[in-house]
Amino acid sequence: MGYVAVKGGIEAIENACRLFALERSKGESSPLGVDQIRDQLYLAVDRIMGEGGLYAPDLAALAFKQAAGDTFEASFMLRAYRATQPRLSYGLPATTEGMRVIRRISSAFKDVPGGQILGPTSDYTLRLLDFDLLEDDAARRAAFRERIFNDLPDGSEVPETFPKVIDILRREGLLDEARRTEAGQAPPDITRQSLNFPAPRSVGLQAMARGETGGMLLLAYSSMRGYGNIHPTLGELRVGYLPLVVPHPDSGEPYTVGEVKVTEAEVLARFEGQDGLPRFSLGYGVCFGQNEIKAISMAVLDRCSRSERPGCPAEDQEFVLYHIDGIEAMGFCNHWKLPHYVDFLSDLDRLRTAQQIARKEGCHADERMAG
Amino acid sequence: MLMSEWLADDANGSGSGYPFGFLDDGAKKEIRRGLLKAVAIPGYQVPYGSREMPIARGWGTGGIQITLSMILPDDILKVIDQGCDGSVNAINIKKFYQSVANVAVTTDTLAATLIQTRHRIPEEPMTAGQILVLQVPYPEALREVEPSETETRRMHAEADYGRMWLFLYEDIVRYGEISISYRYPVTVNGRYIMDPSPIPRWDIPKLHMAETLFLFGAGREKRLYAIPPHTRVEPLEFEDHTFRVEDFGGKSCSRCGATDTFLDEIIGDADGGRKFFCSDSGFCDKRSAAWNR
Repeated sequence: MGYVAVKGGIEAIENACRLFALERSKGESSPLGVDQIRDQLYLAVDRIMGEGGLYAPDLAALAFKQAAGDTFEASFMLRAYRATQPRLSYGLPATTEGMRVIRRISSAFKDVPGGQILGPTSDYTLRLLDFDLLEDDAARRAAFRERIFNDLPDGSEVPETFPKVIDILRREGLLDEARRTEAGQAPPDITRQSLNFPAPRSVGLQAMARGETGGMLLLAYSSMRGYGNIHPTLGELRVGYLPLVVPHPDSGEPYTVGEVKVTEAEVLARFEGQDGLPRFSLGYGVCFGQNEIKAISMAVLDRCSRSERPGCPAEDQEFVLYHIDGIEAMGFCNHWKLPHYVDFLSDLDRLRTAQQIARKEGCHADERMAG
Repeated sequence: MLMSEWLADDANGSGSGYPFGFLDDGAKKEIRRGLLKAVAIPGYQVPYGSREMPIARGWGTGGIQITLSMILPDDILKVIDQGCDGSVNAINIKKFYQSVANVAVTTDTLAATLIQTRHRIPEEPMTAGQILVLQVPYPEALREVEPSETETRRMHAEADYGRMWLFLYEDIVRYGEISISYRYPVTVNGRYIMDPSPIPRWDIPKLHMAETLFLFGAGREKRLYAIPPHTRVEPLEFEDHTFRVEDFGGKSCSRCGATDTFLDEIIGDADGGRKFFCSDSGFCDKRSAAWNR
């Protein structure tokens, strides 16, 4: 199976694709159901929906299966599918105050109105392999569920909505509001317009909302660690379901068509306001599904992007926004596997010529030295 | 797996399968030797081979490794986070300790032999037999002015601290006073500038000429350092701009009435009404109990 045959590469390519599909279906295990992936590997599904920019749990699960667990490829498939769909409408702007919260914490205050709701999280698990899971089956799961539901205390009711911690600080004038998202204007749609710099904040937030988790983490971590100067305090982190409201196509009245699971992070960092009064400035992050690393990284990078004189990569808006898109980055990285023999031949020619010249000059130099 | 399940397994006799103190003897020895060096050179950051703990990096793994390398079966342990014995991270760490080193625990500062803390030093002065282990996110006080580790190590070696002083001076020019809130840099034993971990300024004076040994562990950044007892610890300050601790404007704890402790500000309701409570919950409990008696 030649890689670049002079001719007849088509058959080789088709076989390579088939071999990949075969690799995925090897072994004695039963085929993986899309529903299993959606329910049991939901964090991977959430991540793919976020990076693919399409809220579609079943399709994301299918993509994950098809890509044999490669989140880059899976997000790519989802984004490609998205490109085939018409843009029917834009959702109406929503605040997260009406979110059906499953998790909500603040690290800025010990207690906050509504309380700290830890919700489902792996934060407090010990990272020890649980060998019991090797014997996972339906009966074990049923017993586990029964234990949990039988032990439920007659708890107090969880409130339907929670006040925003940030709003309380805002009312006290502790927040800098000089650069809120361009109020009153419809935000540009980055799926229809390419990036221009300096980009409005709404564009940066859109690009980051579908950025690649690892890439954003890397940049945000560099800033937290020392290449930059953002020491974020997590004002509030919440995970939950947001109603998706669109204008009715006929009447234009707001109409709820469903809900989406999102993670939202608001970080605070010190800043000198334009009036010379020190305030906290807000970094904002939001993404599909439960992906707290991404939401926090996004909030940190949003806050970084308002540094007036970028002193490090994370503060350089252009550097950040051009490099966090996983689908663009993986595509370009992989493209180096394409044949480049024409370019390389041209390179070789230049290199050989340069070597010849260098050798000749070297000889002259030696002669001069000898002379 | 969940902590509770692991603990339940342990109670059933299946055993956690880990040695006392979780770390193997080689790791304990390495960390203890690192700590000896740290004590011998107060304020100097000793690099060490930080191990992976089953708790995430940034959640106290440096402090955890110090505690586990030293803990003995007859120790009495106290673990606090932001001053509080009951906060989620403190409880989590304490449960981990009890499962791998089943020692007695307490919330009473004076009863403990070993205290691990995140971001606070207890209010009650600790005594000579006690050790305070501080969890450290950023061991490098100079990181504020220099991102490169290679460069900051050179600066420490040569006591080249001019840029740090300049940073403080510029801060004064900009804000009228030094604006560093927590993690206030200190000079230890007249030599090294040291990051005291993110304790509030309130706690800085407690480090100076103390009776107690202070050990600092940064797991993610792989550094250990120490302040031995009776060591000079001086916050960076200028003659005309002296160091000051936080001012609570005469507010008192809503629970025990204390006016001489570091207070947590709590948003009581959605209208932003505030209440104040002692950050050191063990001390507050003790005072409240004394009042109710």
